[in-house]
Amino acid sequence: MHLLRLNFAVALSGFRRYATYRVATAAGVFTNTVFGFILAYTFIALWHTHPHLGGYDQSQALTFVWTGQALLAAAALMGGGFQDEFHERIRNGDVAIDLYRPIDLQLWWLASDLGRAAFQLLGRGVVPLAVGALAFDLALPASPRRWLLFLPSVLLAVVVSFALRYLFALCGFWLLDATGLNALSALLSLFFSGMLLPLTVFPGALGEVARLLPWSATLQVPADVLMGTQPGSAGAGLAFQAGWALVLLTAGRLLQTVATRKVVVQGG
Amino acid sequence: MDDADGAFIDVRDLTKTFTVRRRSGLLRRTATRVHAVDGISFVLRRGEMTGFIGPNGAGKSTTVKMLTGILTPTSGRLRVAGVDPWRERTRLVRRIGVVFGQRTTLWWDLPLRDSYGLVRRMYRIPRARFEENLARCVELLELGDLLDVPVRQLSLGQRMRGDITAALLHDPDVLYLDEPTIGLDIVSKARVRQFLLTLNAERGTTVLLTTHDLSDIEQLCERVVVIDHGRLMYDGPLAGLHEVGRGERTLVVDLERELPPIEGIPGARTVRTEGPRQWLAFPASASAAPLVSRLAAEYPLVDLSIREPDIEDVIARMYAG
Repeated sequence: MHLLRLNFAVALSGFRRYATYRVATAAGVFTNTVFGFILAYTFIALWHTHPHLGGYDQSQALTFVWTGQALLAAAALMGGGFQDEFHERIRNGDVAIDLYRPIDLQLWWLASDLGRAAFQLLGRGVVPLAVGALAFDLALPASPRRWLLFLPSVLLAVVVSFALRYLFALCGFWLLDATGLNALSALLSLFFSGMLLPLTVFPGALGEVARLLPWSATLQVPADVLMGTQPGSAGAGLAFQAGWALVLLTAGRLLQTVATRKVVVQGG
Repeated sequence: MDDADGAFIDVRDLTKTFTVRRRSGLLRRTATRVHAVDGISFVLRRGEMTGFIGPNGAGKSTTVKMLTGILTPTSGRLRVAGVDPWRERTRLVRRIGVVFGQRTTLWWDLPLRDSYGLVRRMYRIPRARFEENLARCVELLELGDLLDVPVRQLSLGQRMRGDITAALLHDPDVLYLDEPTIGLDIVSKARVRQFLLTLNAERGTTVLLTTHDLSDIEQLCERVVVIDHGRLMYDGPLAGLHEVGRGERTLVVDLERELPPIEGIPGARTVRTEGPRQWLAFPASASAAPLVSRLAAEYPLVDLSIREPDIEDVIARMYAG
């Protein structure tokens, strides 16, 4: 109970911290919207020459674009969020302060990143999606059931994204300057989440592999759950996300034990 | 809780050795062993306020990191409140408070009040106790108007007071302070020092203070532990430091006119002359009275004053060997 209250308080603080920066949020909404329009027109051109590319019709492809814009900040599809902050704390030694606290490092950052994501979903996600829906003909579901499935799928997307970024951030304990690694993490996420092009578009083995990688759980799966295009069923998509969340969080936990022991043994 | 002999922090033959690898050729790397802490022993009793001093790289931070459990000792015995800090770090951290002058434990984007709310949840502080502790700190550190200001908008002195409050809300038994007055103006320094004295007197909190500002030590600590090159140089009352460091007092003498350096006064030597003014050094433990009467008898005195040994000089001399 204590733990739940603590983590709720941490998440709330994460939400508040991001809510403080209103101008940054407005700028983010603007950027997402512009990015959405650019991708939307690119996709229109692409689907015009290749109708039903990746199994989507044009309005589904556009729905994919705007879902991506809605999740871009929340699921940190281009990196950022707690990752930058945690990385900086490892680099400048402030992580020692975190070790002085009676908390679990991973749970702490997860709670704080969920709070951030909740704010960014509301603050930076809803408006671009609404603009997209007004400007284009989107295949958004009319049934509330789909939206109800979409919500846990978004939550799992954020958790998987967190777990991945946590692993990358922990590498900072060994590399000290993990800027390059962060860039790699963002690049992998940008491509393998489906942000640039839906993963269903890629043929052959590459496509198969891309759809099985954890990044696919951060955008491809939630978008398919929303549109009802998830192979199998929405349930299969949620299970896929939950499975990756579990595996990656466990891996993060193990790596965290090794990393903190390294600090404890060698000095921060 | 405490050791049988009343020791609250018990350090015996503590060592910490780091292995540093350096490139020595294209592919070759040689490992050097650095003895950051080299056999330190000391005992702090509950409620003691101790200054922990030494030059940069002396091993102070390494020692404090071992005391707080975020670094494992290479060898030696270490107990804080009867607990081995490294093995039981998560248990111990509930009982210690840590304040860094150069880092903050607060959340940059949040108002102080929100940071304290998080601290309350983290340490599971009962609501009433929390409110009481917060009110006390707010009163003594004059934080009332600042509770709703985000930390990033606070001045250094304000932030420092905010940090000290954050470290004390859970009633720690030990407070580690690392350069708590660095960069603060005189008013803020005085306020922080007064607060620490009150805290120590009212709560009996054991305080270990690391600092380069020796006036902190002079005003707060009865006892000092000095280390250099990982070794213990001195452990005892502040007053005793002068003797160990061969502390000297200085007699500043103004004569009627410019004269050659004063000679032949037993126990004193002239260290400087400037026109009619001369500076005579004599041991801190000796009385000035015989010197003054002798001087007055033999020289045309206009005025004189005595300067107490500067603790900084004393320590600099200790480090020099």
